[in-house]
Amino acid sequence: MALKTKTSTRIGVTILGWGIALWLFFPIFWMFLTSFKSEVQAISTPPKLFFMPTLSSYAEVFERASYWHFTFNTVIVSVGATAIAIALAVPAAYSMAFMPSKRTRGTLLWMLSTRMLPPVGVLVPIYLLARNTHLLDTCTGLAIVDMLTNLPIIVWMLYTFFREVPAPILEAGRMDGATRWQEMTMVLLPLALPGIASTALLSLILCWNEAFWSLNLTSSHAAPLTAFIASFSSPEGLFFGKLSAASTLAVAPILVFGWISQKQLVRGLTFGAVK
Amino acid sequence: MATVELKNLRKTYLTEEIIKGISLSIEDREFVVFVGPSGCGKSTLLRMIAGLEDITSGDLLIDGQRMNDVEPGKRGLAMVFQSYALYPHMDVYKNMEFGLKLAGMPEAERREKIEHVAHTLQLEPYLHHKPGQLSGGQRQRVAIGRAIVRNPKVFLFDEPLSNLDAALRGQMRVELSALHRKLGATTIYVTHDQVEAMTMADKIVVLQKGVVEQIGSPLELYHHPRNLFVARFIGSPPMNFFPAIFQGGDAAGSSVQLRDGSTLYVPVTSPGILPGTKVTVGIRPEHVELAPSGPNSGTVEVIERLGAITLVHVRMSDGEIIVVQTDGAVLTDVDTHVSLTLPPQNCHLFAPDGLAFEACRRHPLAA
Ligand SMILES: Nc1ncnc2c1ncn2[C@@H]1O[C@H](COP(=O)(O)OP(=O)(O)OP(=O)(O)O)[C@@H](O)[C@H]1O
Ligand SMILES: [Mg+2]
Repeated sequence: MALKTKTSTRIGVTILGWGIALWLFFPIFWMFLTSFKSEVQAISTPPKLFFMPTLSSYAEVFERASYWHFTFNTVIVSVGATAIAIALAVPAAYSMAFMPSKRTRGTLLWMLSTRMLPPVGVLVPIYLLARNTHLLDTCTGLAIVDMLTNLPIIVWMLYTFFREVPAPILEAGRMDGATRWQEMTMVLLPLALPGIASTALLSLILCWNEAFWSLNLTSSHAAPLTAFIASFSSPEGLFFGKLSAASTLAVAPILVFGWISQKQLVRGLTFGAVK
Repeated sequence: MATVELKNLRKTYLTEEIIKGISLSIEDREFVVFVGPSGCGKSTLLRMIAGLEDITSGDLLIDGQRMNDVEPGKRGLAMVFQSYALYPHMDVYKNMEFGLKLAGMPEAERREKIEHVAHTLQLEPYLHHKPGQLSGGQRQRVAIGRAIVRNPKVFLFDEPLSNLDAALRGQMRVELSALHRKLGATTIYVTHDQVEAMTMADKIVVLQKGVVEQIGSPLELYHHPRNLFVARFIGSPPMNFFPAIFQGGDAAGSSVQLRDGSTLYVPVTSPGILPGTKVTVGIRPEHVELAPSGPNSGTVEVIERLGAITLVHVRMSDGEIIVVQTDGAVLTDVDTHVSLTLPPQNCHLFAPDGLAFEACRRHPLAA
């Protein structure tokens, strides 16, 4: 392996990296910019990069819909679904990682395969189930569905993180008299905490932005932020200023939260116990 | 007081039997070493005793009580793992405290015990270091400390020194022996290091493919290996083997003819062996002597000078290689012609099925 990379290669890679980053970031940037334009400026061609920013879109958005109500629902649903999913997935992943059987691999694949089905395929049964159990348009109902859709990915991710924990450390705990529960909570969880945190963040983001079930299973009472955004892409015509303002308001909390927590997440797993 | 008894223990993974019926009695305060080639089931057997693997069949008794279905933490054992398996998120103090805390020991008592153990193992300066900040030797000490502090009936070690460099390994070996004398706890120790097995054990259990080949004191195994496998496995450099034809025997010994035509009269009994049977002669390198002349001769092929001793590899006239361990100052050189003396009292004979012929007299150190 060459230790010194050629300068030209380095510059090339840097440019490529920045290019991809900007390309990924551009829609968010454009949405943010558009939210400060008037409706006329928002649809003018060619699009304006420099303009007199206005808060009129935000004012109208706040006037027309109760942002805090939607945000509250989203927070309840995302946090609730994530908490339950993690609580169920930790023991599942623990047993798969440390007490594997012949069927563990198969079970993992089967669980993931449930994600391969387009959600619309089960829309009717789930809708009917929710209706019959009186969970339509409730945060509980939406949280349960979100939790179940994400559970396979969460189990899978936790399984991968747990596999990094050397089994003898857990066995040492068992020798020290820990019960299975204590072994999991007092030895495994602290070790896998960064992994669990990343998994929880991913679940939170997925729930936060989940639109399909939100739109189909809620109407007003339990409607989350994705429904809030959708309510601004009305059939009477698109108002890009207001849509952008609503979208910015919807993604801002999770974006800020992700930004703050990234320091904890990149720390990664550090084991000093082995060798 | 702690005795351990294994009664016909068996372990099957899926369809493969890994431990094939092992019976063994371990006395109180005894230091027992399991040795055997890689994959023979040493760790599996130890883990079955620890409770980390289920026992497929047979009984495990500790102090006379059946322990097959008792939780690992409740068997009164402590284990030291090859990888140390310290809790990385806890400092040294907390690592040692964990088991005591789970057992519900009061804080003051815990502190006293941990400080005592830390003093014994010279760990005091590191009590508030995380395992990641310690050297290999220090981690090993913490792992041992974590085991000692619980005051277990039996210590289990799975190759605890194999991650250390040679010098540290030697030092820890001596420390462990001293510790065992001091604590007097029953100990089961897995290793594939000859020196560890020979120097530390009261009793060595030689395993192969899930079966016990021989159980005995180190010198018993050295002087009276029960079969070819044990003879080859115990001792370093390994025993020399060459074929011979059994000619006949009486109460005082058996005579065999070597391939070069010479005969040996070895003091071993040979009941039921017919003259003409093909047998194997074994003799350790340290027992073969270079001689100015004699019936057994050959050419020096390789010389390994280790300083204190020299290993001379001699190609015999019949094509066999015999290794001779001799004085460090020996002047013999490669390609010279040498003769060897094979002292009959140090020779072993093995029947075609691998079993050793019984020695007429037991060695005084292995009675
Ligand atoms: N979980 C398992 N599933 C199936 N086979 C296993 C399992 N654990 C161990 N084995 C098999 O059992 C046999 C004994 O393994 P074990 O680890 O006890 O050997 P060992 O004597 O400790 O070897 P080493 O000196 O290399 O540590 C091996 O053949 C191994 O492949
Ligand atoms: Mg092993």
